[in-house]
Amino acid sequence: MIGLVSYLVFFLILSLIFGIAVLGLNLQWGFTGLFNAGVAGFIGIGAYTMAILTGPSRDAVFGGFELPFVIGLIGAMVVSGIAALAVGIVTHKLKHEYLAVATFGIAVTIQLVCLNWEYLTGGTLGLIGIPNPTKDLAEGPLAQNALFLCIVISLGLITFIAIENIVKSPWGRMLKAIREDEIASSSLGKDPARIRLEAFVLGCMAMGLSGALYVSFIGYVSPWDFLPILTFQIWTMLIVGGSANNRGALLGALIVWGVWTMSGYVISNVVPSEIQAQGGAMQAILIGLILVVMLLLRPRGLIGEELQVSRHARSLND
Amino acid sequence: MASAAGHILQVKDLVAGYIRDLPILHGVSVYVDRGEIVTIIGPNGAGKSTLIKAVAGLVSVSQGSIELNGKNIVNVPAYQRATQGVGYVPQTGNVFTTLSIHENLIMGGASLHRGKAERRIEELYEIYPVLKSRRREKAGVLSGGQRQILAVARALLTQPDLILLDEPTAGLSPKAAAELFALIRDLSGDGVAVLIVEQNAKAALRNSDRGYVLAEGENRIDGAAHTLLADKEIGEIFLGMRRDTPLEKEEA
Repeated sequence: MIGLVSYLVFFLILSLIFGIAVLGLNLQWGFTGLFNAGVAGFIGIGAYTMAILTGPSRDAVFGGFELPFVIGLIGAMVVSGIAALAVGIVTHKLKHEYLAVATFGIAVTIQLVCLNWEYLTGGTLGLIGIPNPTKDLAEGPLAQNALFLCIVISLGLITFIAIENIVKSPWGRMLKAIREDEIASSSLGKDPARIRLEAFVLGCMAMGLSGALYVSFIGYVSPWDFLPILTFQIWTMLIVGGSANNRGALLGALIVWGVWTMSGYVISNVVPSEIQAQGGAMQAILIGLILVVMLLLRPRGLIGEELQVSRHARSLND
Repeated sequence: MASAAGHILQVKDLVAGYIRDLPILHGVSVYVDRGEIVTIIGPNGAGKSTLIKAVAGLVSVSQGSIELNGKNIVNVPAYQRATQGVGYVPQTGNVFTTLSIHENLIMGGASLHRGKAERRIEELYEIYPVLKSRRREKAGVLSGGQRQILAVARALLTQPDLILLDEPTAGLSPKAAAELFALIRDLSGDGVAVLIVEQNAKAALRNSDRGYVLAEGENRIDGAAHTLLADKEIGEIFLGMRRDTPLEKEEA
């Protein structure tokens, strides 16, 4: 029983960590129509920033500042935001699949930099010994994970509420207008290019937060954690849950991460050992199938976009 | 406020296009006065939509000037022109289909103080009651004519001096097109200058004060709308009508 509870806590922590990244992608794609195919890169930037700021000092490797957890979180969001600002300025004229190709290339570049810049990232070995803030606050792995789950729920809730408020604000309506038609939105008196950039930066900051939480929980970071398959997973989570709906984004993270972990369990216990080496590929195919089925049968996702009615419209008599 | 010459909009010798060094417009000049409806007609590829997009700030201009109330706005970004008195209704994608009708209107007042925007929306609901009764519905469920009304109403939120309509009756039934032209005449009656690009040349000229015929990116003929309607050459040379038939009678 305790084993099941422990696993459930572990599962919920990772689901919610990915859910925060999905919320960021939802702001970009669901509400603004920005095709960011470089999600893994921005999660990676957040993760490495956290590791460098809060991790222990090491010989011949930059960082190891041993700063507090909260500083690490803020730093990860800031650095991800700055990276997104630079990428957004460079790619500001690109839209749709052109933006996707550019951001995909940037994410691959980030992963290769992490792999090869040993002084900054530890190279292929990555950075280890990243402190978990719950280690000193609770006794035993279950209690520590339960406490970490509380932290992740709190930060997930803050992210959720912040993005919900953002998309229901006048600025959020502009995002949806830009998503619908950028030419028409340019006739509304606001600069669409600037608003798109702001949405891109905010979404990437959420991805950076997700990466920071991931590395604090797992305790190490390596370039192999941020391969393009991670971008693919985050996108599937959003499509399954429902684009342009923040509750859908979180639901999608739970479901897709559930399918991913369950399939891993099935492969390791049911599939013959001689083909278990291909287990990762089987999981990727499964996620791909889910994505295709969802797009064919329910393109809105499980919970699609909801119509919002402003207080002013409700107050007017019929 | 109109310029010294009395024109709300004055386009002079405009050279513009989508690609640098490949202009669509080769020195086009037009003007629109307060309360005037002016229609641009011409064959396909004449540069009609390019002209209206250049005025809206969506096409790069390499030479010439676009004066709004006497001030050259060539280098003003499109989004700032909206705040300086230009209302633009694009040909396609002119309403935000996944937003409610009310939200579409709110978007039109994005540059206004919230209270003022709400007052303007209520005024527009009085003028266009069909929008009020359906304000909570998504704009995507509206008919083509209702979408145009919504797009025009949204452009009117900021009380522009000039409104630009790109093919406003495209895809509309004759009844819906007639209703839209009635709405456009009401706008000019309120003092708004209206510049229309329209394939439906006869209907547009019948509802206009003046017209310009463009061909191959240049001014060809301009004058009072009724004069253009009665001109046999315009129908035959520029709009593919039968010879010896004035534009006015082609429809019958």
